[in-house]
Amino acid sequence: MTTHQEPTPRPPHQVLDGTDIARVITRIAHEIVERAKGAEDVVLLGIHTRGVHLARRLHGRLAQITGREIPLGTLDITMYRDDLRLKPARALEHTEIPPGGIDGKLVVLVDDVLFSGRTIRAALDALNDIGRPRAVQLAVLVDRGHRELPIRADYVGKNLPTSLREAVQVRLSDADGVDAVLVGDRDYAARSSQALASQPTEPHLPE
Amino acid sequence: MKRHLVSAADLSRDDALLVLDTAEELAQLSGRAVKKLPTLRGRTVVNLFFEDSTRTKTSFEVAEKRLSADVINFSAKGSSVSKGESLKDTALTLQAMGADAVVIRHHASGAPARLAQSDWLHGSVINAGDGTHEHPTQALLDAFTMRRHLNPGSGKDLAGRRVTIVGDILHSRVARSNVHLLTTLGAQVTFVAPPTLLPIGIEQWPCEISYDLDSVLPKTDALMMLRVQRERMNAAFFPTEREYSRRYGLDGVRMAQLPEHAIVMHPGPMVRGMEITAEVADSPRCTVVEQVANGVSVRMAVLYLLLGGAVFADGPTEPARTDSVETAQ
Amino acid sequence: MTSYLIRNAKILGGAPQDLHLADGVIKEIGTGLAVEADIEIDATGMIVLPGLVDLHTHLREPGREDAETVLTGTQAAAMGGFTAVHAMANTTPVADTAGVVEQVWRLGQEAGYCDVQPVGAVTVGLGGKKLAELGAMHESAAGVRVFSDDGKCVDDAVLMRRALEYVKAFDGVVAQHAQEPRLTEGAQMNEGQVSGELGLGGWPAVAEESIIARDVLLSAHVGSRLHVCHVSTAGSVEIIRWAKGKGWDVTAEVTPHHLLLTDELVRSYDPVYKVNPPLRTAEDVQALRKALADGTIDAVATDHAPHPAEDKDCEWAVAAMGMVGLETALSVVQQTMVDTGLLNWEGVADRMSHRPARIGRLTGHGRPVSVGEPANLVLFDPAYRGAVNPDSFATRSRNTPYRGMDLPGRVHATFLRGRATVLAGELAERDGLV
Repeated sequence: MTTHQEPTPRPPHQVLDGTDIARVITRIAHEIVERAKGAEDVVLLGIHTRGVHLARRLHGRLAQITGREIPLGTLDITMYRDDLRLKPARALEHTEIPPGGIDGKLVVLVDDVLFSGRTIRAALDALNDIGRPRAVQLAVLVDRGHRELPIRADYVGKNLPTSLREAVQVRLSDADGVDAVLVGDRDYAARSSQALASQPTEPHLPE
Repeated sequence: MKRHLVSAADLSRDDALLVLDTAEELAQLSGRAVKKLPTLRGRTVVNLFFEDSTRTKTSFEVAEKRLSADVINFSAKGSSVSKGESLKDTALTLQAMGADAVVIRHHASGAPARLAQSDWLHGSVINAGDGTHEHPTQALLDAFTMRRHLNPGSGKDLAGRRVTIVGDILHSRVARSNVHLLTTLGAQVTFVAPPTLLPIGIEQWPCEISYDLDSVLPKTDALMMLRVQRERMNAAFFPTEREYSRRYGLDGVRMAQLPEHAIVMHPGPMVRGMEITAEVADSPRCTVVEQVANGVSVRMAVLYLLLGGAVFADGPTEPARTDSVETAQ
Repeated sequence: MTSYLIRNAKILGGAPQDLHLADGVIKEIGTGLAVEADIEIDATGMIVLPGLVDLHTHLREPGREDAETVLTGTQAAAMGGFTAVHAMANTTPVADTAGVVEQVWRLGQEAGYCDVQPVGAVTVGLGGKKLAELGAMHESAAGVRVFSDDGKCVDDAVLMRRALEYVKAFDGVVAQHAQEPRLTEGAQMNEGQVSGELGLGGWPAVAEESIIARDVLLSAHVGSRLHVCHVSTAGSVEIIRWAKGKGWDVTAEVTPHHLLLTDELVRSYDPVYKVNPPLRTAEDVQALRKALADGTIDAVATDHAPHPAEDKDCEWAVAAMGMVGLETALSVVQQTMVDTGLLNWEGVADRMSHRPARIGRLTGHGRPVSVGEPANLVLFDPAYRGAVNPDSFATRSRNTPYRGMDLPGRVHATFLRGRATVLAGELAERDGLV
């Protein structure tokens, strides 16, 4: 018989800082303008929670680049989740579709981390009930792999190969007071309540 | 929230605000092309109505269908219930059919409480009005309507708002549920009625009592007129219809005594000419139609919060935020 | 006939003594009795009381044998320490003729567990319109002396007056179920704070008190005996106290459940708490205990009202009213009256045996515990503590509000004219009785 030894969890380490995040957002904004031919019919929809903050930043960048206000909205995908029955009912976030709607538009969904793809699947279902866009694209700050559905991002801030044991945390000044992307052992946060208390954000885990 | 909604007294302030905030989000749905969410797909909701109530039943049914639940209407009329089947046997039947929730309207006070406490069925019990006891979703839609007009915004309550409820308090399940919920949300409630239509022991309730409508009107932010059934006249609760409407009915002259911002509410169905004149009922200050629309949103919120998430055998289920720590399965 | 030697029992709570029971009577009382007996019982710590007498029992036979029969009801009575019960008249058919009361009386004799004294209806079919043949019921083998429309009130003042007058001819008494019918239309529970909140139709105290006030005045006016059934309010107590102060011949009873339970329990909407008169407030409970202690209320009567499960396993509004009570009565009285210091065991014997027997004019019951008296006795262990388990009840019904409740005391043995109907807490075989 061998005794199973749990490895000591690693504390999270930073992979992107504030400057990196700002640069990445600028790059994605340029890519959108380039690929959407001036972003004439683009509608930005941020997915709660941090996707909303990222979409707002992207919106600001696009205004600087194009000199126009790109329609910006928010999307709560709670009611479309495939894991609703695994947890108590959750409070809903605000869904705000811009006045022009999404029919015939190029909708760019914005989220912080692309992982299993289930959130995006739910977002696509939600869009389907809201209207009929010309096309839907996806912009994410981090793609950490481990897809469970045939979904890919059109704009990726950083590809971040991770193991399933790891957790990716995105901190944004709007919600967390600081801009950073951290990677650490999932167990680190889960095991240590002190670690949790010292970290204002939650690890981004498979949804 | 608890697993059942039997009494408005079961709702804490946080619970009540969660329902109102959720309803506010769900209200957006009515402006969409596809007025439907997949949330309760595969869940079976039974509308068990022992009493005729087209409005409440329709409202629940719309709410259930908008959430994609499988809806079964089990009406007491023409069913085995009218042939003497007991509530217990009806409940056992519904349990065997796999009901995840039972929306019950019953002429006997306490019937939903009895269902919820019994081991006859395991699904959630939602009280859609029981006898002269409670009608919690009506109170929620009333509070929702008041909040929209008097203190709009997510997370807001009704602190300090003055609500006057006029009419047959004694027989009103709406009044009972409202006094619980409005008090929980911080409002000050005043009941106005002839003494014959106030229950014994009402001094102990968390509300003010007045027999004089005119003196209360200038200090009212929301005025709720309750239906007064003409049959009450025969049981000597008041002498004549004319005398009732003269003393406790709302006409244009009385409405003018309300502050500018005040709204006039009615849970319906209205008895025009009795507790409310046509002039008031059709005025823009009267929220009756709005209340009906809000009823669907509030009932969707209740159904989602009770049925949308994991169902635990017992114990409260605390709402979790979407971005909370989630562990991989 | 089996003879018994009871060792070290406290008669009416007094010093431990031995009792020798033989030939249906108490043969000898003393310390260290040196007599031979068939069965010797170590009764150390136990109390001896005269066999309990219930003025108010629903045995349901004839008509509702699914709820109770005379046999199961008297078995329950024996298990509760009773040696005589008054069987209420609201059977189907109603006990309003000599034939029905004789039938019930004979069924009691045949059962052998407890003397059954039928109560006759005051009015035909409990209809409140026409006097039943009270004299014929009295002259029957049943020898009825207590008349009651219990379940319904004799609300017609003239009819009540006539009934009171008429029964004087044979020293009868009218036991009134005091409930003003118009004030209690649709009544579901005590009218008060709780009924208002629960939206259940109210049964106001005044509906009981107004009838009692009228009846004591009527009884004084015609010089007749009046007995008031199941007094449930503090106001009723005041009226009865006033009437007794006048020297009028008025007696009253209270049920065990009105001594212990309040309308707060109705908040559960569990119909096991549905009873008529309804459970009242804590203030009423305190007033009733005090009145029983000072003798304003003469007797504890169970109002044992068995109902089949389906009549309680339903919503409140359609549930039947009533609770079983024979097998828990003495325990509830110990908890509410003895353990609280309001009544000693002598007082319990008076309120549960002597006085009810005197009100019912039962000559063989409610006697002193002394040599030569008929051996109608109960041996009670007040030190016992345990949860009420309805599955062990002898009654056919299970509608007890005390399920799972810890109540003190337990009947160890009951003797009916020297025969043990209950021994070591177990019901005796029927063959041994008759």
